[in-house]
Amino acid sequence: MRIEARNLSFSVRGKTLLQDVSLAVQPGETLALVGPNGSGKSTLMRLLSGLAKPSHGEVLLEDQPLARLTRREIAQRIAIVEQQADTAERITAQSVVELGRTPWLSALKPWSSEDTQLVDKALHTVEMEGFARREWATLSGGERQRLHIARALAQRPGLLLLDEPTNHLDIHHQLSILNCIRNLQVTTVVALHDLNQALTCDRVAVLSHGRLVACGAPSQALAPETVSEIFGIQARWVQDAEGAGPFLSFQLA
Amino acid sequence: MSAAAVLAWQGIRGACLALPVLAAAVLAGAMIGETSLAPDLVLSVLANKLAGAGLPVDPVDQGIIWSYRLPRALVAAACGAALAVAGVVLQALLRNALADPYILGISAGASTGAVAVTIAGLGGGALSLSFGAFNGALLAFGFVAILARAAGAGGNRAAAAQIVLAGIAGSQLFNALTAFIIAKSANADQARGIMFWLMGNLSGVRWPDVWLAVPLALAGWMICRFHARALDAFTFGSDSAASLGIPVRRVQVVLIFATALMTAVMVSIVGSIGFVGLVIPHAARFLVGPGHRRLMPAAALTGAVFLIAADIVSRIIIPGQVLPIGVVTALIGAPSFAVILVRGQRTAR
Ligand SMILES: Nc1ncnc2c1ncn2[C@@H]1O[C@H](COP(=O)(O)OP(=O)(O)OP(=O)(O)O)[C@@H](O)[C@H]1O
Ligand SMILES: [Mg+2]
Repeated sequence: MRIEARNLSFSVRGKTLLQDVSLAVQPGETLALVGPNGSGKSTLMRLLSGLAKPSHGEVLLEDQPLARLTRREIAQRIAIVEQQADTAERITAQSVVELGRTPWLSALKPWSSEDTQLVDKALHTVEMEGFARREWATLSGGERQRLHIARALAQRPGLLLLDEPTNHLDIHHQLSILNCIRNLQVTTVVALHDLNQALTCDRVAVLSHGRLVACGAPSQALAPETVSEIFGIQARWVQDAEGAGPFLSFQLA
Repeated sequence: MSAAAVLAWQGIRGACLALPVLAAAVLAGAMIGETSLAPDLVLSVLANKLAGAGLPVDPVDQGIIWSYRLPRALVAAACGAALAVAGVVLQALLRNALADPYILGISAGASTGAVAVTIAGLGGGALSLSFGAFNGALLAFGFVAILARAAGAGGNRAAAAQIVLAGIAGSQLFNALTAFIIAKSANADQARGIMFWLMGNLSGVRWPDVWLAVPLALAGWMICRFHARALDAFTFGSDSAASLGIPVRRVQVVLIFATALMTAVMVSIVGSIGFVGLVIPHAARFLVGPGHRRLMPAAALTGAVFLIAADIVSRIIIPGQVLPIGVVTALIGAPSFAVILVRGQRTAR
């Protein structure tokens, strides 16, 4: 599913959080969103998912203004995993993932075996089948994160928005989740802090102070000069001795 | 099976489970009291009144059962169910385990309305206590709703906390007004009477109250049950609900108004009965889990049975005297709540 942001600006109480951001993500593509804390990544995600309305500009989903779709229509197309989402309810892991089927159910279309299959599959994808009956409060941070991702997958979206999906995850699950979303036939926008992980995505967009400062092929958008300036550090390419692609190495300026 | 058939089937199955329990509780409500009456006597009265069976029954017993105990039990059931369901809905919407129907300022407003009519003499004696209570309840709810909106609860984030805070502010204000009116105008007898009403009192209940309370509880329950899936989606907050396709604002407005109306009417009939709206949802959650499709019927049934039982206890515990039902709900409710809390903690891990 194609999504396009046209001249998006967003401000609250006179403070501009995002200014004139335009970008398009092609069907099936994985776009990494990087930038320092407070640069506006989560804000952009909220605008792309319709959770917040832009002050200027518009979001187009398959060339249709997002503002014209109902909440339910959006939820059948876009799933978002927010940076933080917790609950005090004593809900089981399985029920959390089942929430993902909400936009597809109605009074006349109750839960079916197909929904059960999709939930099981999503649990399998994030390697959480063994935890289905566990209560939310008893799960670790990474396990919760993986359930949120499974919930989004169970939603069967055409566009997946993931806000730092790999924080809390151990290296095995970081790599497997990223691998999984790259292999999905779903358009994905993923906010990441690990720039070397961003390098493995199809394209990278760099945000700084609410503006889009670079957007393109990973090795260009994440050129050491750009990275050094935006994050206030020193970055350089390092060649991998085993012959894999180059990666970024950092030190304080 | 078609989708409509599935729905009908679920409804019928639920009713088959719930109705016998409810009927048994109402029957008990009609049997037990200062004079105990046999179950077949109650059934004979029902046959006489509903089917014109013409069975021989002592007219005094018939009067007690038909005019006093039955309406009382039915209103208790409706009231218990409505308050419990309102509690379930508000706890989910406001994401606050301490939310109860009175958190919207409703009971405080009802008390003010009641004392304004009975003690301060608003309306010159032409208005009834329940009319005053109902209007006071709506007035207080309006005040809380406007305050919450002005405090920015319109947006999604933090909205829940704003409503709870506005409710507390509203309750304090209206409770102060009530105390002011009592201090200024009431004599000792009136003050005692109003305190009795404030703690909840079912002794004035007659059939017209049944025709108000029961349909309202049923309608309210259906509206809330219809939104069960939407309430599930609020588990991770209103943003998360929105991203799952729930029209958050519309659901919040519909459900908050439905619960406010249910509560206002119940309070105006029976006074403010504490603890049911807070404790029953937790007890029901303990029994069937947090999913609202099962929680909603479970809470309604538990609430109905609990309040009928509390009413029975309030009538028989002190011979020759009726205890305010709110005292009983609190006396039973608080310890059972403690048990649930402790046991829930133990099974959590
Ligand atoms: N409601 C708000 N009112 C005022 N400022 C806000 C509000 N929401 C966000 N901000 C500010 O907007 C900026 C962008 O926030 P955003 O959450 O989009 O950053 P981010 O790029 O996701 O950062 P992080 O890497 O820490 O997740 C931050 O400086 C934040 O303080
Ligand atoms: Mg963020």
